[in-house]
Amino acid sequence: MDIFVQQIVNGLVLGSIYALVALGYTMVYGILGLINFAHGDIVMVGALVGLSVFHALSGSGLPVPLVLLLAVGAAMVVCMALGVSIERLAYRPLRHAPRLAPLITAIGVSILLQYSAALVWSKQYIPMPELLSPTRFTVLGAHVTDLQAAIFLLACGVMAGLYWFITKTRVGTAMRATEQNKEVAGLMGIDINRIISLTFLVGSGLAAVAGIMVVLYYGIGHYSMGFILGLKAFTAAVLGGIGNVRGAMLGGMLLGIIESLASGYIGDLTGGFFGSNYRDVFAFLVLVLVLVLRPSGLLGQASGERA
Amino acid sequence: MRIFRALPIITAAAAAIMLSACGKEEATSAASKAPATADQVVIVKIGVAAPLTGPQAHIGNDIRNGVQLGVDDLNAQGLTVGGKKVKFELLAEDDEANPTKATTVAQKLVDSKAVAVVGHFNSGASIPASKIYSDAGIPQISPSSTNPKYTQQGFKTTFRVVAHDDQQGPTLANFAVRKLGAKSIAVIDDSTAYGQGLADAFEKTVKELGAHVVAREHTTDKDTDFTAILTKIKGTNPELIMFGGIDPQAGPMAKQMASLGIKAKLIGGDGIQTPNFIKLAGDASEGQMASMPGLPKEKMPGGQEFMNKFKSKFNADVELFAPMGYDAVFVFADAMKRAGSTDPAKFLPEVGKTRLQGIIGPIEFDEKGDLRNGPITVYVVKDGKWEALETVVPGGAPSPQAAAAPKIPAGATQAGY
Repeated sequence: MDIFVQQIVNGLVLGSIYALVALGYTMVYGILGLINFAHGDIVMVGALVGLSVFHALSGSGLPVPLVLLLAVGAAMVVCMALGVSIERLAYRPLRHAPRLAPLITAIGVSILLQYSAALVWSKQYIPMPELLSPTRFTVLGAHVTDLQAAIFLLACGVMAGLYWFITKTRVGTAMRATEQNKEVAGLMGIDINRIISLTFLVGSGLAAVAGIMVVLYYGIGHYSMGFILGLKAFTAAVLGGIGNVRGAMLGGMLLGIIESLASGYIGDLTGGFFGSNYRDVFAFLVLVLVLVLRPSGLLGQASGERA
Repeated sequence: MRIFRALPIITAAAAAIMLSACGKEEATSAASKAPATADQVVIVKIGVAAPLTGPQAHIGNDIRNGVQLGVDDLNAQGLTVGGKKVKFELLAEDDEANPTKATTVAQKLVDSKAVAVVGHFNSGASIPASKIYSDAGIPQISPSSTNPKYTQQGFKTTFRVVAHDDQQGPTLANFAVRKLGAKSIAVIDDSTAYGQGLADAFEKTVKELGAHVVAREHTTDKDTDFTAILTKIKGTNPELIMFGGIDPQAGPMAKQMASLGIKAKLIGGDGIQTPNFIKLAGDASEGQMASMPGLPKEKMPGGQEFMNKFKSKFNADVELFAPMGYDAVFVFADAMKRAGSTDPAKFLPEVGKTRLQGIIGPIEFDEKGDLRNGPITVYVVKDGKWEALETVVPGGAPSPQAAAAPKIPAGATQAGY
């Protein structure tokens, strides 16, 4: 039983990271109908900027919370600037082009970001300096570190804040209006370009937070780390219903738990025929099943246009 | 030395004669230009192929630097082969630890007329590349590839200067069961030729020794999240966890074991026995163990001197396989000297007859090209540093495949000692 609880805990931590990244995909898709494949690489940039700050300040004697805050701050500033500039330079000129053009541009931006990062940070794995020493406690027989708990709680907090921002504030309302119909929203006096920039700003900020979490949790950063992470988060967004903010949160958590349970139990359930190395297969199998049975995702509304 | 610089054209032309295994036209045209001076210098190109970028770049560059040091030392000594002065030149290629890229760079080395190759680092790269070297007839010495299959393909050109996994896996297993007294062991591999080969060999011996393998899990060489499989393993209560893989995975794995409250120790092969593992795992590296073919760097016959030389030249510490790369160059040079030729067709048979005292100890190959009696050392992390625990010499226990594909005519193999 405690093994099962432990797998759920593992899944929730992994899922928190997926959910934060998935939000970036889903918000951009909701407003532009664009799958921003560069989003995973923005997470990578956030992670590596954070690592650089940790390395620069780890021996400086500054209090740990301040170092963390500075790292998150630096990562957010860089990622937000990057996200907004990418939209301005790469996507806005193509806004009225056929859908395939911005999609391919997004893939191009992704590759550009990866290899720029390889130039800046080299292609080596970058280890995280010893900064935190997580303490462990037990919940329902499962071991949880304070770091894991902090990741989960912070992710939930950020998502709650985002949900409040989108549903309760004026700007959030404008975002939802833009999502529903750009032209009409424009006629109502909403500055569409500003709202789209804001969407990239918020999404990239979340990506930076997710990047720092990855670095703190796994203790390792690498120029190509954003690719698989982005793919998983995209899967999570589709699972929950792409374009739907609550769906991205749910999809992220679900995907984390599915992966955890799959790698924990596949071997036993199939008598050793499938090993735990098949966990990604199961994650993507879930994606295929969702697309076949419920194309708009778990929480998505059926629309004429399918994701 | 002035005459060396004065004769670049002659040397290049002479090299072309010496090196042209194929392409007769080229050789004859070059010959007409080369005056037959007594003190002409032959340029001999030695290739080195290893991952010089990517997650394993630190290990690949270590090998490259070791080979570079070997080439420089040989050039400083001024080697004479068949009455002609020989100058070695290094061609370094990056295989990115990628099997496909490995065949591309192997072909590139062959095309640029390397007469011998030190490489590759990964078994998964050495094995596909070995076919290309074999077809070209140039000898290949891997400083580090430990997958048994590498020398079992029946090629006359494949050699290695490390113990292989059929020796390393069982040595680790013996250590785990006999020395540590582990009765229940979990095994994880990273689904690569190296990791899976090592884990399979380990698992087999553990079972033969009567201990239980309570879980066999797999991950990939790109993953960083092992919490799910570690949780599963935790449920089986192993006394020891063995990982067949390399440090970018082993580091986070050790960390996650600590945060899951797993008390079992991690033990692995040479891919983990690196300073990088300690950096990646941090405090969680303490007490973890790994084996490494060869003697401890400090205990190698020429180890201390080599490390000092390496440090002063590259301003870096020896990571892993630099001494093996260094010795591989000397094996080639030694074979050329005995054959009196730098033509791979002539000195290749001599490589198999090597009896050399290298930095790493006595070097001698068996009929497959494996290092005879390659010692294996088990290390433990103590106070953030790898410390040697014990060295095992597997002895000539023949593997089942030993009889297959004799590589060198029977008469050529010397009676072993």
